[in-house]
Amino acid sequence: MIEARNVCKVYPTRAGNRLVLDDINFTLGRGEKLGILGRNGAGKSTLIRLVSGAEATTSGTITRSMSVSWPLAFGGAFQNSLTGLDNVRFISRIYKQDYHQNIDFVASFTELGLYLREPLRSYSQGMRARLAFAISMIIEFDCYLIDEITAVGDAKFHEKCAEELFHKRRDRAMLIISHDVNYIRDHCTRFAVLDEGRLTFYPDFEGALDVHSHNLHLRGA
Amino acid sequence: MESTSLAQVGRSARIQGRVIFALLMREVLTRYGRHNIGFLWLFVEPMLFTTGVTILWTLAKAVHGSSLPIVAFALTGYSSVLLWRNMPARCIGAIEPNLALMYHRNVRVLDIFFARLLLEAGGATISFVVLSLFYIYIGWLEPPADVLTVVEGWVLLAWFGASLAMLLGSLAERSDVVERLWHPAAYILFPLSGAAFMVDALPAGAQKLALYIPMVNAVELVRAGYFGEHIRTHYDLPYLVCFCVGLSVLALSQAATITRGITPE
Repeated sequence: MIEARNVCKVYPTRAGNRLVLDDINFTLGRGEKLGILGRNGAGKSTLIRLVSGAEATTSGTITRSMSVSWPLAFGGAFQNSLTGLDNVRFISRIYKQDYHQNIDFVASFTELGLYLREPLRSYSQGMRARLAFAISMIIEFDCYLIDEITAVGDAKFHEKCAEELFHKRRDRAMLIISHDVNYIRDHCTRFAVLDEGRLTFYPDFEGALDVHSHNLHLRGA
Repeated sequence: MESTSLAQVGRSARIQGRVIFALLMREVLTRYGRHNIGFLWLFVEPMLFTTGVTILWTLAKAVHGSSLPIVAFALTGYSSVLLWRNMPARCIGAIEPNLALMYHRNVRVLDIFFARLLLEAGGATISFVVLSLFYIYIGWLEPPADVLTVVEGWVLLAWFGASLAMLLGSLAERSDVVERLWHPAAYILFPLSGAAFMVDALPAGAQKLALYIPMVNAVELVRAGYFGEHIRTHYDLPYLVCFCVGLSVLALSQAATITRGITPE
């Protein structure tokens, strides 16, 4: 289970401290899939970073009693001058995984072929996304954090991602943030909206969507 | 209870060892790649530096105030400089390019520092040892009188360099000024660090002042081990150790502080 209690996050800016997350409370049990809607800059990615443990909260606590992934399809931990294989090797070492087995999986999932031996800087956005997602699938977690997975890649890639995540790993917990409201509707069981630093839960998707759309147009115009 | 906590420490140590090793391999590949001699540059570069300085000093017949052969003097002196000076240079600005690694919970700021420190200290040490062996082989240098004392001085110098590096690396994360000031500071500290003089050759008043500089004590210790009875060395071991302990505590506390405030991209 993941439990967030009274979580606040403050970032210092030139114009003074800005409260990005304001007293966030929630729990996420095994197998639950929580979708969070929110406008640009609402603090969704910040929340994911806090839950992943990459960043510390300003106040409040997040307790994890299951293993939690890093934000999925996230490619930033890659070194541009290294090859795809080097990056697989690095992650395998950190998580004490069998490198050879992982290479086979990554090669077949990404279909990158010889490019796996080329430095990452020669990769296209789509190729990077494929590699990043495949590497995320190497390590098995109890809970996956999914941050805008559909932003890059083609339809086939999305199908393969869905197969890996929502079919093979349907028993896992997930925390999903996306601008694609249909993606949230199709894959989540609980829904919440993050706005002005506050997280509000809704019993069904329609309720969340209404508020989300309202927020978009109220302040988006 | 005690055995479980010991087991936990052991488990954590294994994880940290694994992470540092992974970071080290990543660093080697990023820095040296797979072109020409690859990671051999790790120690070939300092070897070239030291050899160049040795040749220059020999040609210039540098005055160092002792009867030591200039080759031996340059080797011990310049290798020491590389050891304490390169570690801070590598740790300043080490975190920024690796921020994204913080998404992997087992990777901490200290691991990034440790990986770079191991690499830097390793390179300087291999360079020192290989050049020593080579000079001894071709007859430019006598074998060290007391290897253990050389090791002791070298390790203390590495400790000093490593804690200074972690402190500056952490502070640099807060302010760019650290990076700007380190370059002139390192340059000015070089002639003061004991690399280019023997304390015994200084006037009595200056000797006392010189021994306040931690590097001077360590370099003297290295030379005491190398040349034994041939020279008179001056060093204050308790002072050096206390200085290193203090610096380490300060460095670790600063590293802990920035770890809390870190924001991955």
